[in-house]
Amino acid sequence: MLSRVADRIFWMSRQMERAENMARILGVTSDLAVFGTREVQQQNLIAPLTITDTGEAFFKRYGSVTLKNLIEFHGLDEGNPSSIYSCLRLARENAHEVRWQITSEMWETLNATWIEMRGLKRGNLDGAGATRFFDWVKERSHLFRGVTYGTIVRGEAFDFSRIGTFLERADNTARILDVKYHFLLPSVADVGGALDYYQWTALLRSVSSFETYRTLYRDQILPIKVAELLILERRMPRSLAACVDQITIALGRITGQQDAPAKRLASELNARLTHAHIEEIFSSGLHEYLEKCLVDFGDLGARIQRAYLGAA
Amino acid sequence: MRDADGNVRAHFQPLADWLAETPAARVTEKRREADLLFHRVGITFAVYGDKQGDERLIPFDIVPRVIPRTEWEALEHGLKQRVTALNRFLHDIYHDQEILKAGKIPADQVTKHDAYQPVMRGLDLPNGVYSSIAGIDLVRHDDGRWYVLEDNLRTPSGVSYMLENRKMMLRLFPELFARQQVLPVEQYPALLLETLRAAAPPRLRRDPSVVVLTPGQHNSAYFEHAFLAQQMGVELVEGADLFVRDDYVYMRSTTGAQRVDVIYRRIDDAFLDPQAFRPDSVLGVPGLVAACRAGHVSLSNAIGTGVADDKSIYPYVPAMIRFYLGEEPILQNVQTWQCRDSDDLKYVLGHLEELVVKEVQGSGGYGMLVGPASTQAQIKAFRARLRANAGNYIAQPTLSLSTCPTFVKRGIAPRHVDLRPFVLSGKEVRLVPGGLTRVALKAGSLVVNSSQGGGTKDTWVVD
Repeated sequence: MLSRVADRIFWMSRQMERAENMARILGVTSDLAVFGTREVQQQNLIAPLTITDTGEAFFKRYGSVTLKNLIEFHGLDEGNPSSIYSCLRLARENAHEVRWQITSEMWETLNATWIEMRGLKRGNLDGAGATRFFDWVKERSHLFRGVTYGTIVRGEAFDFSRIGTFLERADNTARILDVKYHFLLPSVADVGGALDYYQWTALLRSVSSFETYRTLYRDQILPIKVAELLILERRMPRSLAACVDQITIALGRITGQQDAPAKRLASELNARLTHAHIEEIFSSGLHEYLEKCLVDFGDLGARIQRAYLGAA
Repeated sequence: MRDADGNVRAHFQPLADWLAETPAARVTEKRREADLLFHRVGITFAVYGDKQGDERLIPFDIVPRVIPRTEWEALEHGLKQRVTALNRFLHDIYHDQEILKAGKIPADQVTKHDAYQPVMRGLDLPNGVYSSIAGIDLVRHDDGRWYVLEDNLRTPSGVSYMLENRKMMLRLFPELFARQQVLPVEQYPALLLETLRAAAPPRLRRDPSVVVLTPGQHNSAYFEHAFLAQQMGVELVEGADLFVRDDYVYMRSTTGAQRVDVIYRRIDDAFLDPQAFRPDSVLGVPGLVAACRAGHVSLSNAIGTGVADDKSIYPYVPAMIRFYLGEEPILQNVQTWQCRDSDDLKYVLGHLEELVVKEVQGSGGYGMLVGPASTQAQIKAFRARLRANAGNYIAQPTLSLSTCPTFVKRGIAPRHVDLRPFVLSGKEVRLVPGGLTRVALKAGSLVVNSSQGGGTKDTWVVD
């Protein structure tokens, strides 16, 4: 497969996953916006900017951190390359360039999503309208992934699509956990308090794992178990372990000329997540651990780019 | 469709019967279905200067253009003859220039032509073929004779419509194909691939690797480039996907560099190689021309074919046929006045109201005057442009073209059509029975270009 084609397929899937994750982050942010003290509210509001590392770009154009501004910036802002709007546009552009190498259903899904996004009325995005918008983005992403899985021939196009999806998702789960955990931690002493419970639930919900937690642990929500679920639990499809597993499987099906560095790192990460214990991670510092993961995900992306996709 | 007495010509009778017996509502429904299907498949094209949108559908007319097999066979001979002579001419002018020495064509007009590429001099091409894929625009005069309007020897487009239109007709009206034996065109991509393989550098000890080179998705014919690559099962590449090392061409793939032997390029000469032509081209591949000269890669069509297909060389094609083949031309040229000639210019200026005047290098129906369809003011304005740059124009009589029944707002009405068959030259010269029929959708209009509101039809060669 041409490197350019593989690159477009990789980014097409990555952008769609990014749009979904952005919708998840915004969804939980707006759920939490009205809870707790002013200080807690402010902390919750700032989270999307911290998670996506876009504070600087935000404050250049927006005066204050309000829910409305956040939805505008992360949801609709054409000037923000990681807004939902931009992600859907880029996913569609990438697909357009390779629409002969993907299935027509995949192309039609992304094209229809983009057309609908463009027709969206800003006025309808307050309150319940915002929630509907985030749900819609998630649904379109689910649809796209399902259509891809259900229609595309098993081969490089499928593999690069999978790698794009799971690399983006791993990165996102690590970021959400890192940011949320650190401002929820001071209140751990207060486990069981209404607000606290709500916040932890919201974090789990943002990665669709509230029910999973209940099923797997049958216990009250304990911070260390939340971390274990999101990092090490292979059965939870948004955990770091599950994502890296999928990346390793897809990479294993691809043969390239100089892809040893990429494959080696993926295997290393996979081994590290397979044999880790959550207590060990905590004793040497969760934040440090997640930071290292994020650096490695970035490095893995760069190595994949170099090995298969041509100059970035 | 009708003869001089107004009777339906025999080959059109089954279709005329069908039109007469099919309820209008059903036909309308079918037309809508066709539109929907074309949109879905994404058979669109971009129009230059159309700010509105990136893409638009070329109107498709569901009434096919029908040509009897005997008439087609004569056409086919004429086309093969003409394209063979044109390829011989191209070989000659880049080698010994015998036709110029014999004084059949003014030498300056060839060797000083913008599209004449000195870089091609002395280079031998496989089978002596320069234009592997030629699109010849024809019209049928209402006297029943076929005339060549234009030879397209560079990167002729439109063949995807020939194939998609047929597919659409088969899907919408299977019953029509039961009434008449329509000769198939579906083998075109296979023939094209064979033709491209025949252009591969000789002495290659493996199957040649063929690619289609496109300027990218913003090009008006991108759909066709992608379509043909897919139909042939070869890679669709852009300039940046290719690179040249030691005069060999490679494509960048996920498994590393892969050799390329034949490039079906849909990029103009000027943009092919920034080292050889326009240095500002980002569409091309640096070093490509050197790789060609080294004989390590073949371009289809070759560099420098444009010198044989513009309107200033067109009048000499009958002379080429006589010179190289010793035969009389089977297809007629349209009488042409060359405005750089002062006698011709004088005639043209005096008869603007009845002539069609075109730019020598123009295409797509831009910058032309159709005298009988123009206002006095338009003619006056054009006269000034013509005087200012006479050498840039040629003129032809307004032909009384044959028409074909076509759906318009008010029902079925006659509209003017032309025909572009695609002639493939490899080890032999071949073509599929059919081509792209373009139709002028405005009443009386002679301009069929899609960029000027023309549409397309399926073309049936019938037994």
